Amino acid sequence: MSAPTLERPAPDETALQQQFDATIAADHRIEPRDWMPEGYRKTLIRQVAQHAHSEIIGMQPEGDWLLAAPSLRRKAILLAKVQDEAGHGLYLYSAAETLGADRADLTDKLIEGRQKYSSIFNYPTLTYADVGVIGWLVDGAAICNQVPLCRSSYGPYARAMIRVCKEESFHQRQGYELLMTMMRGTPEQRAMVQDAVDRWWWPSLMMFGPPDDDSPNSAQSMAWGIKRHSNDELRQRFVDMTVPQAEFLGVTLPDPELSLDPETGHHRFGAIDWDEFKRVISGHGPKNAERIARRRAARDDNAWVTEAATTYAAKHAEAVA
Amino acid sequence: MSTDVTAEGGHGAVPTGPEVPVEPRAAVSRRDWPLYEVFVRGKRGLNHVHVGSLHAPDDEMAVHAARDVFTRRNEGVSIWVVKAADITASSPDEKDPMFAPSGDKVYRHPTFYEIPENVPHM
Amino acid sequence: MGHEETVYEALDHAHGGEGHWAFGTGFDEPLAGVDTTVPDGVDPADLGTYCLMLGDDALVLAQRLTQWVTAAPELEEEVAVANVALDLLGQARLLLARAGSVGVLGRSRERATESIPDEDALAYFRDPDEFRNTALVEAENGDFGQTMARLLVASTVRLAVFSRLRESRDPVLAAIAAKGVNELAYHRDHAARWVLRLGDGTGESHRRVQAGVDAVGPLLADVLTATDVEQRLVAGGVAVDPADVREEVRSVLTQVLDQATLRVPEWPADTPPRGRVGQHGPELTTLLATLQGLARQHPAATW
Repeated sequence: MSAPTLERPAPDETALQQQFDATIAADHRIEPRDWMPEGYRKTLIRQVAQHAHSEIIGMQPEGDWLLAAPSLRRKAILLAKVQDEAGHGLYLYSAAETLGADRADLTDKLIEGRQKYSSIFNYPTLTYADVGVIGWLVDGAAICNQVPLCRSSYGPYARAMIRVCKEESFHQRQGYELLMTMMRGTPEQRAMVQDAVDRWWWPSLMMFGPPDDDSPNSAQSMAWGIKRHSNDELRQRFVDMTVPQAEFLGVTLPDPELSLDPETGHHRFGAIDWDEFKRVISGHGPKNAERIARRRAARDDNAWVTEAATTYAAKHAEAVA
Repeated sequence: MSTDVTAEGGHGAVPTGPEVPVEPRAAVSRRDWPLYEVFVRGKRGLNHVHVGSLHAPDDEMAVHAARDVFTRRNEGVSIWVVKAADITASSPDEKDPMFAPSGDKVYRHPTFYEIPENVPHM
Repeated sequence: MGHEETVYEALDHAHGGEGHWAFGTGFDEPLAGVDTTVPDGVDPADLGTYCLMLGDDALVLAQRLTQWVTAAPELEEEVAVANVALDLLGQARLLLARAGSVGVLGRSRERATESIPDEDALAYFRDPDEFRNTALVEAENGDFGQTMARLLVASTVRLAVFSRLRESRDPVLAAIAAKGVNELAYHRDHAARWVLRLGDGTGESHRRVQAGVDAVGPLLADVLTATDVEQRLVAGGVAVDPADVREEVRSVLTQVLDQATLRVPEWPADTPPRGRVGQHGPELTTLLATLQGLARQHPAATW
């Protein structure tokens, strides 16, 4: 028997907002049952869901090579990596669920095109060098984006990101190691690596999003502690990190304007051609349809499996009761 | 031009426009598996700590999925799973009345406990 | 390296940093300290061929299971099926390496350059007629129900063989088997949990998984009759006679299928082994074309 529900004084929304603001200002974490502004909740759900979708869709470009990996060691590494990405998606959907979202509903939104995923995963993986370059550049860029998210103001998201980041280091290292091995291999292999770098370099820079002066939503996200660094800051950090790695590897990054500025210690780089980005994305439209179709098939073709397990559970729960 | 891409989430540039072609089709109706919270004892001498959650059709499948997802089958650890719906939680600041209109699903997920810094593998 | 990179390193370190999440904990070399000498009185060619039989089964089944990655029901199953495939891939690598180390390389070395390790020479540069896997693992997946039915049968047989193989006179095989039994017990239980839920789930799932069981049942015939190679090795205390595991396999399958309310298929009549002597269907040719294509395009490459 529970106690009767007694009426309470109406809560003071101003006080709640002040407390929320104070928590953010003190760099403490917001937790699932805390009061939060609706905008904060919605922004987070959208961001975490997009992140989760990107992990799940991101399994496919490399997954295309799982059956054809050129050595058993590479096959095991790639399988472990793609498996990790499924795990990352799972952790992130869980974080979104603490905000009142529902994984099945988010999956439906992805499949129906109502929620998006990172455009980078609509590029095709043409050779096995792409597997290495995705690890090195795409996962490298993701690490730049994700490490600050380990300090996101929303607790469950930050904790999911800690776990994700830990696994991402393996991803980046396996990619770089594959490229080093290929660069020591045949001339054909070296050409494959350079070709893959040529194709992935600019899209990797585009992963950081539009320039700061053209990024209207960023300010609010920064104020809320959902985002910790600006797009341009992170992009610069990535370039500075990557240039010496490219030199060590012996590949050329496809940007004639790339140079070290001795004054600032940062690398200057050429202007990003966003039109080109859009052209490439739309030019490879079939990849988008293909990626989504695979998720749809996984859901629809196996719906009978999901339903069977639910039915079995219900039958046997009744039997126990 | 660039404003129809946003940088949110770990993999950055996500298109914001409707230009991504996806053929519309009605969702298949289905009954979803319940959410389970997962607690793992990473080593002897430590408490079980909350590590995350997953969906499973029943308790037995949940505990095995937890092993696959959160420990990659590390023998020797101990795992607890509990249906999120079965957890009773306190209301931290008696603010539930404010929160309730946002949807009762939040109550399925009342935990995600803070984990001490010195707990390994968390 | 930027500031965040340092933060990242610190984070990685603070949380153990030993690759816990990548491959499971522990990187024990499974064959560390194991005597690799071929036991007295054992023909290395026989031993190597037997390793190919067990190794090819694992490799081909791993490839089949990997086809489910990005296509599985629910993310949790995506992770689980990848775990099973990774375990089998690990077993395949150890067994193919053992075959190579005792000199059984078939025609693979005519194509693979010296820099390619034995395990890859054998996996990537043998033709279908040199593969020793059984028909049970090379058949197409079918739907999820049939895939789980096949995994149940294949892991039940393999577990029964491996648990006996722990006593093999070949210390390497014994060590590989000792490591494998825990993995295989997990695979078998995973498959059994699914067969149970599908069999005793909805009308549709019952019908589908029964069809899967019926499709897989006859393939058992190719697993349970010893080849000449196996017979000689059984006599030498190295291999397991498949005839010895029949009763265990029958009993386990009956138990699971009964509980799942499924009909136990008729036990297949004895047939001479086919897969074990290199006779395969077109499914294997297709599977190997995908598996080997890239490696064969670049026979001088290292990866």
